[in-house]
Amino acid sequence: MSVVPVTISHTVELEIDGENVRVREGATILDACRAQGRDQPTLCYGDTLTPINACRVCVVEVEGSRVLVPSCARKAEDGMVVRTDTERVRHSRKMVLEFLGSSVDLTTAPNVDGWMEEYEAKPERYGPPAPPAPEGARDRAQAGHHHAGDGQTAATVAQPVKVDNESYIRDYAKCILCYKCVEGCGTDWQNTFAIAVAGRGFDARISTEYAAPLPDSACVYCGNCIAVCPTGALMFKSEHDMREDGTWDESEQTVTETICSYCGVGCSLELHVQDNSIVKVTSPLDHGITRGNLCVKGRFGYQYVQNRPDEE
Amino acid sequence: MFGAGGGTSSYREVEETDLIFLWGSNARETHPIFFHRVLKAVNNGARLFVVDPRRTGSAQWADTWLGLDVGSDVALSNAMARVIIHAGLHNREFIDRATTGFEEYAASVEPYTLERAAHDTGIPADAIRESALAYARADRAMICWTLGITEHHNAVDNVFALINLALLTGHVGRYGSGLNPLRGQNNVQGGGDMGAIPNKLPGFQDVESNHEARARFEAAWNTTIQPKYGWHLTQMFEAMERGELRSLYVVGENPAQSEADAAHTLHLLEGLDHLVVQDIFLTRTAELADVVLPASVSWCEAEGTVTNSERRVQCVRKALDPPGQARDDIEIVVEIARRMGYEWSYDGPEDVWTELRSLSPMHRGMTYPRLAELGGIQWPCWDEQHEGELFLHARLWDEPKASGEPAPFNVVVNVEPVDELSDEFPIRLTTGRRLDSYNTGVQSGGYSSPLRRGESLDLSPEDAASLAVAEGERVRVSSRRGSVEAPVRIDSSLRPGLAFMTLHFPDEVETNILTIDATDPKSGTAEFKASAIRVDKLDVPAAEQQTAAGANVAAR
Repeated sequence: MSVVPVTISHTVELEIDGENVRVREGATILDACRAQGRDQPTLCYGDTLTPINACRVCVVEVEGSRVLVPSCARKAEDGMVVRTDTERVRHSRKMVLEFLGSSVDLTTAPNVDGWMEEYEAKPERYGPPAPPAPEGARDRAQAGHHHAGDGQTAATVAQPVKVDNESYIRDYAKCILCYKCVEGCGTDWQNTFAIAVAGRGFDARISTEYAAPLPDSACVYCGNCIAVCPTGALMFKSEHDMREDGTWDESEQTVTETICSYCGVGCSLELHVQDNSIVKVTSPLDHGITRGNLCVKGRFGYQYVQNRPDEE
Repeated sequence: MFGAGGGTSSYREVEETDLIFLWGSNARETHPIFFHRVLKAVNNGARLFVVDPRRTGSAQWADTWLGLDVGSDVALSNAMARVIIHAGLHNREFIDRATTGFEEYAASVEPYTLERAAHDTGIPADAIRESALAYARADRAMICWTLGITEHHNAVDNVFALINLALLTGHVGRYGSGLNPLRGQNNVQGGGDMGAIPNKLPGFQDVESNHEARARFEAAWNTTIQPKYGWHLTQMFEAMERGELRSLYVVGENPAQSEADAAHTLHLLEGLDHLVVQDIFLTRTAELADVVLPASVSWCEAEGTVTNSERRVQCVRKALDPPGQARDDIEIVVEIARRMGYEWSYDGPEDVWTELRSLSPMHRGMTYPRLAELGGIQWPCWDEQHEGELFLHARLWDEPKASGEPAPFNVVVNVEPVDELSDEFPIRLTTGRRLDSYNTGVQSGGYSSPLRRGESLDLSPEDAASLAVAEGERVRVSSRRGSVEAPVRIDSSLRPGLAFMTLHFPDEVETNILTIDATDPKSGTAEFKASAIRVDKLDVPAAEQQTAAGANVAAR
């Protein structure tokens, strides 16, 4: 009578790069690759989010499929034959990385340098970057008004950083339009719907309603968008400021897991500490209670422990 | 409930339930990460009912918002019970197997007709009936509550009223069905678990009736424990009033600003012979103290455990060195004991925890390494093979009869808030939290929140119109205990006759000047949720008002 319901799980067997692997039914090709120890590059994929298939960097070849398939979203099937390292896969990944690398600032995106090297991507061959857009220009871009480049410079999404509050900044020069922030803010977790994708084509961008500054938007500053951003486009203001000052030094930081002191839910916090000060707060994506999410108090409300008199 | 003071269910069950009652809880703002689970459930098709006088952010996600008059919770729950019983939807089999007192309970709810409930609660009769039927018919259903249930003079009765509904329908002791108080502070649950309540030793072992447990503690501590309940907070203040309590040691509380009827509280604290305050800040209370013991911040400058709302014991860890002379709470207590002539030897928090495990059977299996490895463990955890309990009271479903003590129905009657509305004080003031702030703001005031807009008197558009006050206009707010000034904010989530304030900005607006210290006799919780107020335009100079407020205090 009083038992925890158990889901009967079936498994499927597939072949990846010549090796057989068995995974539970419903697992993706990416899950299967990881189970086998062959991780694939991903940018728009998030462990806690619904796959959106935006970045295409995880594509693989599936026998019998006309097109390459995104491994992060495609479910593994019995008898599937997958290849992750063919010329076609490598070429496609190279193009994706080059297009992103030539148009977006990927300097704070972890792992990307390694992938660029692995896939011999050379974003610089598209020419020097075009001048950045003036403040607000991309926010006002109308669909259909985008002009093709001159062929000499690489079109970019470069623009000034948006700093409109003390919690976090938006550096859309680093945005690859992976939609993860939109999903975290939307139905996947927070359900606040403060942001969405506006515009079309190369002018598409993440935006609040009418591109309002965050304090005038629906944003509740949970920072769950920062938690899933794969490139550092969304960043704690504390981290941004320290990077600007040249004082951000991850090698000098410790990460300690503890429990939030606000309310009784028991959210797990990872305190990133440098020089005896908390510089940012995250939560483990695999944590049973938070799944990486926090609220404004948990993520930003720590300052009281370090408003120390000798520092004022 | 039924012998253990903790929520029955796990958060993960919320996602898999069919129906959720959020009763006196604005979890969207006060427990945002718990509310993510509610949203998952809603997006999976679960029905959400929100019982709240205000149409809160949580209520906006509800299938049905039951906007009751403040303090009419028992009228609503008893009427729901009557609907369920009359429809024959009560779980006869479960009631026979696992409960006592059904007949008396059924008779007691009989007078709570829909007509009467609609009158007493202000909720349309149809909405009450539909909600009751939906709750009874759901395969799995949860009731979750917060301070909207417990910050009343009849707090315990309110909780009983909700427990009664679960017993009536068998919505407890099963996966996905349960009764869950969402704790307002990170270690309210742990404080109770650890015996920081006047009637229990750690592990909910009764100090009066559990002789075996008392003997165990006496042997371990080499001392005699009086088989007598102590005072809870409210009783302490009553004892101060009688002059029986002359010295007070306050650890991590700010009663000078957090207690109802603040002027009176201040007067009592000032009258003490000796006040010791151990805190991370020089709070308003600490300013009154004879001795202040600066403490380290428990969740990031010290090690230890806390317990959350799903009974999960979790480790907190030190990430920062405390400033100046601040010291770990355990260290301070041990040092005080030493100066009183007791040589306690504790080698850090794990040592304290190991002692706790030896004395509290429900924590026995929770070693420090297991707590870290399993991401916390939910009590009870009887031994080191036990992974802890996902949900409580499965025993109530044992065949053919519930094992252990049956769960009793408790007859409760609707009693209106103590602070009556009158011609002089015609508006009901209720209090609560906002998303980005916390309690008296001691902690949350430290960061720069883009959402913060300071204290205000939130009024319905109708009341603002009839009082002829505009958004942002400063007004005088008075109750039978005192007056404060606050700017008006017009809030369409409030019904006419209902006003809202927070307790977050006591240095700006001391809301607790207004609140009443009428308390629940069993829990000691004050009725922060229901004061009667009057709102006046500021025609009178401020100095005169303060004198009036002062006179009120002096008259007590």
